[in-house]
Amino acid sequence: MLDACGAASAEDLFAHLPDAVRLRRPLDLEPGISEYEIADYFRARAGENADGYASFLGAGVYRHYRPVLVDAVVSRGEFLTSYTPYQAEISQGTLTAIFEFQTLICQLTGMDVANASMYDGSTAVPEAAMMAARITGRHRVLAARSVHPEYREALRTYARHQGMPVEEFDYAKDSGAFDLDDLERKIDGETAAVIVQSPNFFGVIDDVGAAAEIAHARGALLIMVFTEAVSLGILAPPAGADIVAGELQSFAISPSYGGPYAGIIATRDQFVRQMPGRLVGQTVDTRGNRAFCLTLSTREQHIRREKATSNICTNQALIALMATVFMTVYGKEGLRELALQNVAKARYLAGKLQTVFTGKCFNEFVVRTGDPESINKALLKKKIVGGLPLGRFYPELADSMLICATEMTRRADMDALSDALRPRLAAEEMA
Amino acid sequence: MIRKVRTHPSQNEALLFECSSPGKRAWQLPELDVPAVDAAEALGAANVRGEIPGFPEVSEVEAIRHFTRLSSWNYSIDHGMYPLGSCTMKYNPRINEVVARMEGLAWAHPYQPESLAQGAMEVMARLESALAEITGMDAVTLQPAAGAQGELTGILLIRALLEKRGNPRRRILIPDSAHGTNPASAAIAGYTVENVKSTDAGVLDLEALARAADGDVAALMVTNPNTLGVFEANIAQAAEILHAKGAMLYMDGANMNALVGIARPGDFGVDVMHLNLHKTFSTPHGGGGPGAGPVAVKKALEPYLPTPRLKRVRGKWAWDFKRARSIGRVRAFYGNFGVTVRALAYILAHGGPGLRNATVDAVLNAVYIRKRLEPFFDLPYPSPNMHEVVFSDDRQAKLGVRTGDIAKRLIDYGFHPYTVSFPMIVHGALMIEPTETESKLELDLFIDAMISIAKEVETDPELVKHAPHSTRTSRVDEVAAARKPVLRWKPA
Amino acid sequence: MYPENFRYSKEHEWVLVEGGIGTIGITDHAQQELGDIVYVDLPKPGTRVEQGRSLGSVESVKAVSDVFAPVSGEVTAINPALADAPEKLNADPHGDAWLVKIRLSAPGELEDLMTAADYESFIGAEK
Repeated sequence: MLDACGAASAEDLFAHLPDAVRLRRPLDLEPGISEYEIADYFRARAGENADGYASFLGAGVYRHYRPVLVDAVVSRGEFLTSYTPYQAEISQGTLTAIFEFQTLICQLTGMDVANASMYDGSTAVPEAAMMAARITGRHRVLAARSVHPEYREALRTYARHQGMPVEEFDYAKDSGAFDLDDLERKIDGETAAVIVQSPNFFGVIDDVGAAAEIAHARGALLIMVFTEAVSLGILAPPAGADIVAGELQSFAISPSYGGPYAGIIATRDQFVRQMPGRLVGQTVDTRGNRAFCLTLSTREQHIRREKATSNICTNQALIALMATVFMTVYGKEGLRELALQNVAKARYLAGKLQTVFTGKCFNEFVVRTGDPESINKALLKKKIVGGLPLGRFYPELADSMLICATEMTRRADMDALSDALRPRLAAEEMA
Repeated sequence: MIRKVRTHPSQNEALLFECSSPGKRAWQLPELDVPAVDAAEALGAANVRGEIPGFPEVSEVEAIRHFTRLSSWNYSIDHGMYPLGSCTMKYNPRINEVVARMEGLAWAHPYQPESLAQGAMEVMARLESALAEITGMDAVTLQPAAGAQGELTGILLIRALLEKRGNPRRRILIPDSAHGTNPASAAIAGYTVENVKSTDAGVLDLEALARAADGDVAALMVTNPNTLGVFEANIAQAAEILHAKGAMLYMDGANMNALVGIARPGDFGVDVMHLNLHKTFSTPHGGGGPGAGPVAVKKALEPYLPTPRLKRVRGKWAWDFKRARSIGRVRAFYGNFGVTVRALAYILAHGGPGLRNATVDAVLNAVYIRKRLEPFFDLPYPSPNMHEVVFSDDRQAKLGVRTGDIAKRLIDYGFHPYTVSFPMIVHGALMIEPTETESKLELDLFIDAMISIAKEVETDPELVKHAPHSTRTSRVDEVAAARKPVLRWKPA
Repeated sequence: MYPENFRYSKEHEWVLVEGGIGTIGITDHAQQELGDIVYVDLPKPGTRVEQGRSLGSVESVKAVSDVFAPVSGEVTAINPALADAPEKLNADPHGDAWLVKIRLSAPGELEDLMTAADYESFIGAEK
């Protein structure tokens, strides 16, 4: 090959690089290792993480069972090792699966149209806010404090240089639902979008329809966020939402220390051209057979460049496929049953603990424990990872933690948690 | 002659919704070990939905057959060469999939206590330091979810530093050969984009740069090697011009597969860059994601990196959330950790010398294709190429056949097409990137196919213009799809 | 090919003025360059447009092209047929597929535009 290239040595291939830019030493990395050693290295790292612990963590990332069919499908090289489906003739597998995904998300959310997925829920939110600003021609965004705190942080980062002020409205201290009076006070004629989450960060099911009425009365759009997709198996789809921005991690996507996940944006038909991200559409081939292709691409960066609806280049195809297989496996009846099991488990556990909010919950809730950090330390000795201490995000809830139970949470572990918390709760009450 | 493929039966398959029938199920749940609840009572009657109209109802075997049949309609790297220029479609080692699924890694919750996440944090720290060594930069963040988000992060970092120095400035310069994400990302960061023309040789025009780079320019975003596969030999001088004006040099690392172990951006003046782990570091594209777009920076930009950062406290890893100058988060949690694991596995497998060898092979493969195909296709920019080569369809266009047609004909020969019509500075571009993955055997099959098509263009152009002929789906009507968008299935 | 009673811009728009109202469209040359048109984005009636500024866009599958106002004024009507049938722009760009009507605020601007003969030699030279 070197002969054909007219090169005497591999080094000749780089002779045209200026000497000053060349690295004249080996990279300071260890020599390569074998497959067996790689597995060994990562097994050791995996062992340093939590292993054999019961966990009550949720807060945007949920422990749900992953049906084995999911990995059987996504491990197929045809899905795993293909590129974005630009060449429709040899990408109908991915394109068809994405079309099914878009349909499933519409059915689940009750919206007209959904894109091929976003990076995750946290980035779907700023994308939805920018979309609302384009549609309304307004720039102010009003987000509920009960939207996931890290999603709001991502929103602020994106909004900062877009001339998009982000303000927040409070939650009601008794119910944990958002405070409609505070929303009424803060919304004005410059508000492009009101952003609410349901079930919200505290696990409370919020009245999205009421927020939508207030938003629409002032000419703003309502963006509904969800982090717990399984809730949509039993909860009514968001009434009055104009854009739904959510996270699908619950649908057979491993927690994987925070990613990769898949987000969604769904909306009404009339807003489709302001939507970010990839879209697959149905068409025919030259023989008249049904076929699918990427479509409405003129919204995107590779054509519209700096005027694009987003800088996003691709979707999370393989992760969206995990969610598609999950929805296929559970289906109409199974997703409802799964959701109900989550409700039952959370009800059982909440009944044994001192919950802070009165609002109805799906599978997580806030418990006042006093000093959650030290309680969690004590729980670790019993091989229990407790709930998320809320002080980091909500200073006024520094004495509380967010606790989650899913279909994978065993009754014995819930009993152990409540037993461990009970003496403390009793002590708190006496004090 | 077509040597690589023959046709074989391909199963038809309806959409999921069309295969469903009531009562079929693929799911199982254990018996509840707590009392069952009444949905209306537990959640409030108004909050409870009825059944989801149209949602699937299929059996387990129907589910697996459905997705298996769909999968058979895809081409993939596992089938053969995937020479998409700028996309670096290299083999995705299966060990990476195995280690990413190990329970302690795959089931790690982002909020689990740091004391129980040391393994995950160690993996991230080790990848950060390996990427810093490979790029010659001082610090790396793994937070950005993909290349485009890495670009946005990088530009926000530049903005933050310039703001601190008193003026964020208003313009970002971008060469006309750049990827579309570059201007889109700059716009989200609040900058106006100004295009800079390339020279006749297809590289950065230093004089044009010097004219454009005034006190209002924040940065130049450049891909190196550029989208022609040509190394920007003047890159260090470009950096000097920018730095003299208080501006920065951003490098799009999409083409880093040409440089690993050979040259380091940190050594030629780059201030900030992103990497695509799904390109250079072998993590699977998965039909369009997930990827990961780590950002590497010089010391001056380190204080602005997204929160949180890894730090060492009393011999343990910890997350540092208290970073006053940070641009904030660009997403929830810490990044696409599962992709991080795969990229580190790739780096461990190769080691320093192996990574450099991969670069050499990638460049050798591209130069070999260039030399073998030069007699048959026009090469508009004759500078030496690195990991990819860009031809033009000028010669074939005279006979009425365009780059898109040649690409479609390549499918009949058993290959995925190259990148079509990009970069835009080449008329009718054929952008070919073989990567180090391909053997001489596969390269020769590809080259023979390209030569055979070049001859077909002369003898039977219609054959090429109506390709592909062998696929289960022929050319699709993209115009109809865009005029009357059908974006979801609905019952008839 | 190019009607004598139209005036043409360098950005390939045409205008026909009748009683102070200008009917505006894109030229046959423009539609040929774009290829199959799949979407037309037009301003709302009542919008004020300025000569040389974008008043909307037309899209093919892989390109977006701004439509620049050949004259200044207020949009009085948009062509309702194009929303559902953008392909009309390919079939009849100088007739049925007009884009907008504008009440001219500066009729003198017509002097800046080309006659049919000038436009034909302009696109001849552009090739």
